[in-house]
Amino acid sequence: MKHLLSVNDLGADGIEEVLRLTDSFVEVSARSIPKVPALRGKTIVWLFYEDSTRTRLSFETAAKRLSADTMNFSVSTSSVKKGESLRDTVETIEAMGIDALVVRHASAGVPWQISQWVDAAVVNAGDGWHEHPTQALLDCYTIRQRRQSLHGLRIAIVGDVKHSRVARSDVLAFTALGAEVTLVAPPTLLPPSLEGWPVDVTSDLDAVLPKADVVYLLRMQKERQHESLLPSLREYTALWGLTRDRARLLADDAIVMHPGPMNRGVEIAAEVADLPNAVITQQVANGVAVRMAVLYLLLGSGAELVA
Amino acid sequence: MSPSQPFAIDSAYVIKGGTVVDATGSRQADVLVKKGRIAAVDKALDHKHVIDAAGCIVAPGLVDLHTHLREPGREEAETVESGSRAAALGGYTAVVAMPNTEPALDNAAAVRQVLDLGATALCDVRVAGAITVGRRGEQLAPLGEMAALGVRLFTDDGNGVQDSRLMRRALEYAGALGVTLAQHCEDEALASGGHMNEGAWSSRLGVPGIPAEAEELMVLRDIALSRLTGTPVHFLHLSTAGSVAMVGAAKAQGLRVTAEAAPHHFTLTDAECAGYDTVFKVNPPLRGEADVAAVRAALADGTIDAIATDHAPHALEAKEQPFDQAPPGMLGLETALALGLTELGLDHQRLLALLSWQPARIAGISGEHGGPIVEGASANLTVIDPAATWVVEPEHLASRSRNTPYAGRKLTGKVRHTILRGEPVVLDAEAQR
Repeated sequence: MKHLLSVNDLGADGIEEVLRLTDSFVEVSARSIPKVPALRGKTIVWLFYEDSTRTRLSFETAAKRLSADTMNFSVSTSSVKKGESLRDTVETIEAMGIDALVVRHASAGVPWQISQWVDAAVVNAGDGWHEHPTQALLDCYTIRQRRQSLHGLRIAIVGDVKHSRVARSDVLAFTALGAEVTLVAPPTLLPPSLEGWPVDVTSDLDAVLPKADVVYLLRMQKERQHESLLPSLREYTALWGLTRDRARLLADDAIVMHPGPMNRGVEIAAEVADLPNAVITQQVANGVAVRMAVLYLLLGSGAELVA
Repeated sequence: MSPSQPFAIDSAYVIKGGTVVDATGSRQADVLVKKGRIAAVDKALDHKHVIDAAGCIVAPGLVDLHTHLREPGREEAETVESGSRAAALGGYTAVVAMPNTEPALDNAAAVRQVLDLGATALCDVRVAGAITVGRRGEQLAPLGEMAALGVRLFTDDGNGVQDSRLMRRALEYAGALGVTLAQHCEDEALASGGHMNEGAWSSRLGVPGIPAEAEELMVLRDIALSRLTGTPVHFLHLSTAGSVAMVGAAKAQGLRVTAEAAPHHFTLTDAECAGYDTVFKVNPPLRGEADVAAVRAALADGTIDAIATDHAPHALEAKEQPFDQAPPGMLGLETALALGLTELGLDHQRLLALLSWQPARIAGISGEHGGPIVEGASANLTVIDPAATWVVEPEHLASRSRNTPYAGRKLTGKVRHTILRGEPVVLDAEAQR
């Protein structure tokens, strides 16, 4: 594997491989000096065309723990502001001699385009509404910490699937590992076609919650109410929010997840986010080890492990 | 086959050994050309100057109803000259230049500028004028003033006229001038923010989609407005099964509607967008397989009157942007005929009807283009080798741009010679100037 652009680049075996490697990097992260020399001499560039705090910090931490050198390409202060094209930007960066580009962009497909232009490894850290594969991997890892396997688990993904790269990658990863996924959303927030998606769909959250092993809440962006996709956030919360009352419908051991950043009081009640079954901070913690595994697979001697 | 010799414009020569195909039929005949006109069509004509057409079809020159020549304003992508060279190499002797230049061709002076540039081009350059000022869809452009310069087609192409009342007025007004309004059918509110066909692929790729209904709503409306006003409407680049069905029904009712389809809409589907290659971004977008099948059927049964290229050159840097920021459009002039021959399985006369005399009629230039190939007619001809195979190589195209979606594709059928008003502008697949 040269790039990680989509969950599909890994397949079920590749996901398992990443998750196995993640175990060892979780162990590394728990050491008093959580650092290994695996990627010493490798240079990784963060190319974030869209604001991101947690994903970039998570990648940065992962790279540092692997002893890689990192550079940040800050769009707000760069030549992009002066009109430089995407291609010129990445070719300029590559000319400095780098090994990987971790890319986030508001437009779907940009990591694919960049992978055509450069020899360096490209990691998709989120492209538009399309994919966010490392998020899906850390979600799988987090579920496995609680439930050993995803096989046969009933996972409800709730909210704005249409505009969510997390949802697209999660559907691919969860179903690849054998989970049964149900999308729960108002029809305006579903993709126009779900042809070929191995999922069930409903708009009735209350009917889904009692049977769910995992409830995965997506972030609801405030702008959606201005696009006639929703009458109001208040109505969204009433019908699709995981409120305190609604959380009582959940099985005792059901897991509550969220990719962050949360809108407490909109898609998830503040108290629910703090329940013991909410694993939202574990997701963040696991993100570092998962990204260590991904970078190691692409750049380290692990590159041979998944051919 | 011996290489053909170049000729002076005023010289005479015979096009020898081909099969003449026009609206009247098909026959083995040689064509004697003198002083820009066809002097004789008969068996075994001789002249000291010979253009070899052995094994070839000798047809009226092709006519493209839908060419973006980009001049003025986007000369880095195409000029009248470079676009006309691409047209001649594609077998075209006439193209209709779309008015979405910068500034738009919405007045007599702007139209005259392009006509003047076209006077020395390698094909006859006709102009479509804008329906509304600046193509903004707000105020009627001076249609009469442009019609006086010979403009016969008007369109805001690139955009549809959104305001139904304004479109009604435009149709009523055009009726008195004897001109045709052509519509780029797209309900902008419904299409808003879309960058590819809405469907399974757009949903998977996370790219905002344009539903087929965005096109179909305006086809439906303009059929109604054509009925209301009694004025003909030409539908540009139809791409959906629903559009085709409505046009078929309107024709069956005797309404004066015509329609065109672009080669990419009968050869490519939205699955091509899977790799986010912006060369496949076009408007209307590449649709699904059922739509492609419907367009093919409509070309075969006559529901669609013309194949039009929607030749839309874009500079490399414009296409090397994120998919949702790159401009829509693809090249077409140099590949349209070969795609028709390779993909459609129509007999040659039927295909040439779609590429030559039917579009000539819609463009209002039947007197000069589109045949028939008879004594006294203007010598606007193309000689096609229907069996020649070739591979599309973007770097070898005459267009200034390289955005062909067919790079590397093997096609059957190649233009060998193109004759413009008697001047061999293309000989043995080489532009002569």
